[in-house]
Formats: sequence, C-alpha cells, structure tokens
Amino acid sequence: MSTTVDIPRFVQAKQVEALPPPNLARGPVAWIRENLFSGPFNTILTLVVFYLLYVSVPPLMKFLFIDAVWSGTDRAACRADMGGRETGACWAFIRDKISYFTYGSYTVSERWRVDIFFALLAIGVGWLLWLRAPRRDLGAIYFFWLFPVFSYILLTGGNADFSGRFWIGFLILGALLVALLAFLAVILKASLRTALIIGGGIVGVIGITLALMDMDFGLRHVPTALWGGILVTLLVATVGIVFSLPFGILLALGRRSKLPIVRMASVIFIEFVRGVPLITVLIMANTMLPLFLPGDMTVDRLMRPLIGTAFFASAYMAEVVRGGLQAMPKGQYEGAQSLGLSYPQMMILIILPQALRIVIPGIVNTFIGLFKDTSLVAIVGIFDLVKTIEASRIDPNWAAPSISLTGYAFAALFYFIFCFGMSRYSLGVERRLASGHKR
Amino acid sequence: MTAQTIQTAAIDPKAEAAIQLIDVHKWYGEFHVLRDINLSVRRGERIVICGPSGSGKSTMIRCINRLEEHQKGRIIVDGTELTNDLKRIDEVRKDVGMVFQHFNLFPHLTILENCTLAPIWVKKMPKKEAEEIAMHYLKRVKIPEQANKYPGQLSGGQQQRVAIARSLCMSPKIMLFDEPTSALDPEMVKEVLDTMVGLAEEGMTMLCVTHEMGFARQVADRVIFMDYGQIVEMNTPDEFFKNPQHERTKLFLSQILH
Repeated sequence: MSTTVDIPRFVQAKQVEALPPPNLARGPVAWIRENLFSGPFNTILTLVVFYLLYVSVPPLMKFLFIDAVWSGTDRAACRADMGGRETGACWAFIRDKISYFTYGSYTVSERWRVDIFFALLAIGVGWLLWLRAPRRDLGAIYFFWLFPVFSYILLTGGNADFSGRFWIGFLILGALLVALLAFLAVILKASLRTALIIGGGIVGVIGITLALMDMDFGLRHVPTALWGGILVTLLVATVGIVFSLPFGILLALGRRSKLPIVRMASVIFIEFVRGVPLITVLIMANTMLPLFLPGDMTVDRLMRPLIGTAFFASAYMAEVVRGGLQAMPKGQYEGAQSLGLSYPQMMILIILPQALRIVIPGIVNTFIGLFKDTSLVAIVGIFDLVKTIEASRIDPNWAAPSISLTGYAFAALFYFIFCFGMSRYSLGVERRLASGHKR
Repeated sequence: MTAQTIQTAAIDPKAEAAIQLIDVHKWYGEFHVLRDINLSVRRGERIVICGPSGSGKSTMIRCINRLEEHQKGRIIVDGTELTNDLKRIDEVRKDVGMVFQHFNLFPHLTILENCTLAPIWVKKMPKKEAEEIAMHYLKRVKIPEQANKYPGQLSGGQQQRVAIARSLCMSPKIMLFDEPTSALDPEMVKEVLDTMVGLAEEGMTMLCVTHEMGFARQVADRVIFMDYGQIVEMNTPDEFFKNPQHERTKLFLSQILH
C-alpha cells in the first residue's frame, strides 16, 4: 500500500487570478421565495404576520385618517347624535386645544416668548447635533450657557430681584472659591496664575449669569405654575439629558476611583437613586427638598421635579458609562500613562472618547427612557403634555366618545417622533464613528 | 530619619547611571514577583532582558516608569527617585518612552494624532511644530505615507513602528521595550527590529525585554537573565551565549536556540 500523495493535484502550478464574485443579483420573486417562503415554518410565520397586519393596520388607518374628523369647533362635530361622525379620530379636538397642549396655562399674551424659546432650543440642538456644523465650540457655549440664561429670562420674565445681602454673599463665596483654588495650586505646586484665571473665570461667568437674571428687561413675570404642555415636557427632558450625561460620567469615574470616600459617595448615590422608583424620587424632591434647605430659601415647584429627574437619569447614566469604561483594555491606560499624560488628560483625550462610543446605544436608551419618564412629573402636579391631555379630555365642551382615544393617539405620536428621531440620530453617529476605524 | 537624609543626599543627580534599582522588591498580593533586584544602567547602554515567562522581566521594566509600583527598595531614574509623588512620576514618564507588546496605539486617533498628542498636551508644544516632529519620526520608521490613516488600517509591524515613533516624539532619554516583537507575524519582526537597531546605534539608552537573541547579539551591551523574580545572570552577549554560568540559563538557552 502506497501512501504517496498525488502532489500535482493539490499544489497550484499557476498563480490564480482574482475573480469577481458570482452574480448574486436576483429578481423580486427569488427574494420573496428566499426570505418569506423558504420552508414550511417560515411560510406559516409569514402568513400569520400578514394576517395580523391585515387585522390591525386597516382599522387603525380607518380610525386615524379615513373616518377622522378634521375640523369643527366643539363636540358636535364628533358626535353622531349631534350630526357629526363618531367612528373616527376627532382631530378637530387637537386643533382646538393645540395651544393648551403646547403652552399649558402660560399667559396668552406672553406666548411669543415660549415660541422664541422653542426656536432657540432648535438652533442649539441643531448646532450641536449636526456634526459638520461650523464652530461647534461656540455652539457648546451657546447651548450650555447663553441658551439656559436667555431661556430663564424669556420664560420666567427675569428680574429675579436679588437682595443686596445676596450679592454680598455671592462676592464672599466667590472670593473664597478663588482663594481655595489658589491654595490648592500652591499645595499641588501648580501654576498660581492659571488657578487665579480659572477661579476668576468661574466667578465671573456665574456673576454675569446672576446679573443677567437680576436685570429688569420689562418682561412680565410668568410663574412656573402656569407653564405646561409640550413646553414643560421639552424643558424637563432637555435639562435631564443635558445634566445627566456629564454628571453620570463624573459618578462613573467616581465609582471607579481609588479614593475610598469618592468611591463610597458615588456608590451610595447611584445605588440609592437607582434603587428607588422615579415616582418616589419625584415626591421626595417635591416634599423633602424644602426640609433640607434653610427656612428662608425656597425652590421653585417646577425646579424640584427637574432636579429629581436629572439625578435619577444620572444614576442610570453612570452605570451605562461605567460599562464602557470597563470595556476599555488596560493597554489604553498604560499607553497614555507611559506618554506622561495626567489623569484628566488621559480620561478626556483617550479613555472617555472610546468608552462613550462603545456605549452610545446605552446612552440613547437612557435618554429615550428619560424623555418618556418626564410624563411622571404630573404626579407632583406639573402639567406636562400628558397631563394637559388628561385635563382636556374631560372638558364638557368636547364630550365625545372618541376624544380620549384621539388625545392619547396625539401623545403617542408626539413621543414617538422624538424618541424615533433620537434613535435614528444615534445610529447615524455610530456608523459615522465606526467608519474611520474599520479596515 | 537621619539615615534617610544621608541616603537621599548620597544620590548624585549628575551620576553616570541613567537608571538605578537598589534592593527592589515587589509583591502581587502574596506573590513575591521581584526579589531583591539590583541593577544600574549607564547612559547610552543597551540591555536585553530575557527569561522564562512569569520570571518578572516585564514587571521589572514596568516599575521603571511606574506602571507598576514597587513596595520595597529604591528606583532612581535619571536622578529622580520614584515615590508616590505624582509630580516626580510625571517627570520620569516624560523622559522614559515605552513600547508595548500589543502596541497600545489609540484607535480613535489617526497615526499623526497618536504621535502629536503627548507633545501637544504634555510638552505644550504648538501643533504645527509637533506635527513636524511627528512626520520626522514617522519618516524615520519609514511610514510617513500612513500618517492620516487609523491604527486599525495598518499591519502589526507598521503599528509597532508607529508606537516607536510615538514614543520618540517626546524625545525620551530612555526607551523601554516590553516584548515588542512577540505579537507580530514572523514576516514583520525584522522591520521592527531594524528600527530598534537603528535607535541603538544612535546611542539611545535602551532596556529591552525580548527573546530575539540575534538582536541581543547584535546590539546589547549586557544580557540579563531572570528567573523567579531574580536576576540570575548578567553578562556581555558573547560570554552569555558562549559561556552561560547558571544551570537555569543553560537550560533556557538550549531550548530557545535549538
């Protein structure tokens, strides 16, 4: 028996040229057969899905569009017994109430201010989210400093009317902060000049902000109790989103810190806030926050749930970011350290850009959750969009069978548009960021 | 306290030694990784460290730029003693470049950005100047045309050469190499070794953990053999390969030199 191998059959005698791939393009019939009816199980599934679509989509379309009532001034349009049609959605109701859904009870003559706020918000969001926009650094200053200050003045009317004592207190605190930074600089042997510039800058920015808030622009004061609808929903969501990411990053870094006190504080905050339902956090923020503060200090009733939701989202965000930090290979830290980068430089330039990219899906997931959770502020008496719909659907002027359904359909549409938008945007960012690093 | 003062005073910053390790010990938990290491490296000296895996070679050179902390003994790098003082650690890291087995390039930055990052942020160099220096060193490691690509688009050998260029951009006085060719395809080992030989010929102080014995013969002034966290043998390459003293060294050499 011979074990010799027939070598010429296995070894290529000539170099094989690269060939184009076999033609994969096929017609729609082939696609359908391959994807929808490839086997008995798949065929059954396809038929079941088609049946479910047949059962659900046409009635929905019929209710939302075909049978819908588009115009009318009161319930008569949507009631069969009063000459209208009652099988479809009553969009006339939404059209009639849209300004209430948008502004809540905001003083009617001052609603232009809310419109400007929406426009400013759209500019800021567009500037920051459009990745190729010019001067995004200015965009960040606009969005994180100018926009909040202007919004505060526009929406409340400004003229906070700080007392002389307040300003003296501010000056003392500011001087203390600068002194503290200078002291730290001396202890850490860092540059004293930089410390003074940073300290002066912080105090200056806060001072300008407070002065602007104090200034009288002749705008009428609109108390937050009157705000409502989409205005409040967007406000709570924006503050929550803007606040939760940086604060969540700090908490995540704190939880991984080597300093036991910082670590313990972060862990306690995260676990406590995360281990409690949002409704509890909101009620606690509403009723307990004033107890912790000195007697003469009050926190605005809209501010309390704002702080509550922002903290709540931060705790979730911290855990998402921690996941990203843990996925970073040790070599990245060592590479950065061996080049002499300091801890903040290493984190900001090397670790966080990569870690945050890994967890974009988780971050957006938290944002979307937060956006929908804003509807819970209604529990402490804030009139967000859902609450305004709730209040309107029992309006006797619009008592009709389809009113509730229409109102909730409108809320669903509103939330879906925003959440779907966030989802698509994050997918786009992921794709863009991934493109540079793949082979 | 007085003894401490006297010892500190005994360190002469202008001394010839670039690196001094004096009675260095290190433990990982209960495990004694480095046991009484004493080593003095002159300026411009090239040292190759070899030994079986787990013998503490990597740990030793990682102690020199404080990626690992030693628990006993003293390490003095270029006149600066490594303690818990962060300022001194930063000082030492500025002067000590390191090349890793797995390159540790930053995947989200281009090759050029990888090279200019530390000069710009640590040395506060203007961007333009940093880029000129980076291009100079990228030319030296023979990949200037890749400057605007990302690390993931380069071969292993090219990535390791970028890592060397990245360290050189900080104009270090000492270079540490931690098994720089161990993760490379055989075809790419030579290009990295050639770069290192070029560096050695220019008089860079180098500590290199490697099993490339050809490289050791060609450039090393001394070869160190480590086992069980100790320096077991130290000799010139000629003597080390021809005339190993220790039993463990003989066994090791017979296994890697076939």
